[in-house]
Amino acid sequence: MKHETPLLDQLESGPWPSFVSDMKAQAEVRANNAENIEFQIPQDAVEDLLGVLELSYEDGTTHWKHGGIVGVFGYGGGVIGRYCDQPDSFPGVAHFHTMRVNQPAGKFYTSEYLRDLCDLWDLRGSGVTNMHGSTGDIILLGTTTPQLEEIFYELTHKFDQDLGGSGSNLRTPADCIGQARCEYACYDTQALCHELTVEYQDELHRPAFPYKFKFKFDGCPNCCVASIARSDLSFVGTWKDDIKVDQEAVASYVGGEFPPNAGAHAGRDWGAFDIQKEVVALCPSQCMKYEDGKLEINNRECVRCMHCINVMPRALRIGDERGLSMLAGAKAPILDGAQMGSLLVPFIKVEEPYDEIKEVIENVWDWWMEEGKNRERLGELIKRQGFQKLLEATNIEPMAQHVQEPRSNPYIFWKEDEVEGGWDRDINEFRKHHQR
Amino acid sequence: MAQVDFQGKTFDVDEDGFILDYNQFCEEWIQYVKEQEGIDELTDEHKLVVKVLQEYYEKNGIAPMVRVLSKLTKFKLKHIYELFPSGPGKGACKMAGLPKPTGCV
Repeated sequence: MKHETPLLDQLESGPWPSFVSDMKAQAEVRANNAENIEFQIPQDAVEDLLGVLELSYEDGTTHWKHGGIVGVFGYGGGVIGRYCDQPDSFPGVAHFHTMRVNQPAGKFYTSEYLRDLCDLWDLRGSGVTNMHGSTGDIILLGTTTPQLEEIFYELTHKFDQDLGGSGSNLRTPADCIGQARCEYACYDTQALCHELTVEYQDELHRPAFPYKFKFKFDGCPNCCVASIARSDLSFVGTWKDDIKVDQEAVASYVGGEFPPNAGAHAGRDWGAFDIQKEVVALCPSQCMKYEDGKLEINNRECVRCMHCINVMPRALRIGDERGLSMLAGAKAPILDGAQMGSLLVPFIKVEEPYDEIKEVIENVWDWWMEEGKNRERLGELIKRQGFQKLLEATNIEPMAQHVQEPRSNPYIFWKEDEVEGGWDRDINEFRKHHQR
Repeated sequence: MAQVDFQGKTFDVDEDGFILDYNQFCEEWIQYVKEQEGIDELTDEHKLVVKVLQEYYEKNGIAPMVRVLSKLTKFKLKHIYELFPSGPGKGACKMAGLPKPTGCV
């Protein structure tokens, strides 16, 4: 290795897959170059990456310069420019840009696709990746500016593959695996994720928004892609009719033939399954009853939290009248505090071509693009102008489900036309009845 | 810091090719960026975008938001990309000599 890395070397021990060992292996592959690749960025880029990381471990500070504006023609995002602040010591990472590549919904791959992508990245990049970025993209970690257009050309022409999003735009949407491998999925998350990604390509590639905006699609309230916390518009599957109960299967759970939670707690002895204690008593709305060997659910009071279904997946199933809820405004703390999504649309059908859903999205955008301040997330605009304004912008009637609780302060705004006589009053009229 | 010599002028630029000092802006800089940013022919529309950006920056100390730029120039975002293939940030702001856009990009 080109640089001594005593601190990083310590991270090669222990049972977890070591990123240091993997990067060293990659550095060695590049050094040996058994396949005679004509590397388009420095052959020792990974060694220099380890070197600069070791330096950061030593002095406890980052060695990447501020920002970086690079990209490909036609797009305003997709590439995160990065330059090392010690380019003389680590020339291999003087340029170390990240490319975001739009992943397939659900992140299912063929080995052929991944091999081809690796061939491209070995030639024109560092060979180091992040599978995947938190937003969902395939992250190609480290290349130089001249390679960006080359990579983009090959991605689009040979792979039929586009970049992901970055900047003040629609970021790469992501979803849970949905109906591909989950019996809880209330709609086809992959289909909707793909369709909206394709529909809004323009918004994704050319920043036109006050700030970033994210979509995420969860098939059910378990939220395996965490849409309620990590997307400005969150799409969470649900159903409207009754939970389907298979009483025989319930008996099998009670009798111990089926393990609760599909065996998720098998690593510890929690005693025999107790349906009363583990399901009925834990139901948040207390709408379940287990009597005479029969499980009953008062579905009108069910909030579809998923608990009973999660515990007894072979006995309880989601209803047949399915759709999704839309929640708006999740964001990380900066600037005015973290937010999770707030319920905007309690239930909406999920049917191609998804016109109803697109209408809500576009109404939200029209409002936020006009009213949003520079670098103001949707969640902050909702706070600043009020949830009422969001409802007006999306033509949604206020309903009890929009709040966890009614306001406790009495600072209530009325519209002038709601108040008899309006706001224009004459003090002299008042004085006729009330002396000064 | 790097230096660029172009048509007898010298510019101090960063790695991304943004001018470090707005006061170094001049006509030659426009010509230099034109070649860098994939612009074949410089039109009055390019110049209008540059002028609007500079007036806004001189008055407000920041670059305008995208939709403000669209309103001021009356160009849709699509047209701004036709003029500046790298977009309003990397393309137009660079040509106008404005500081590099920052934040989550």
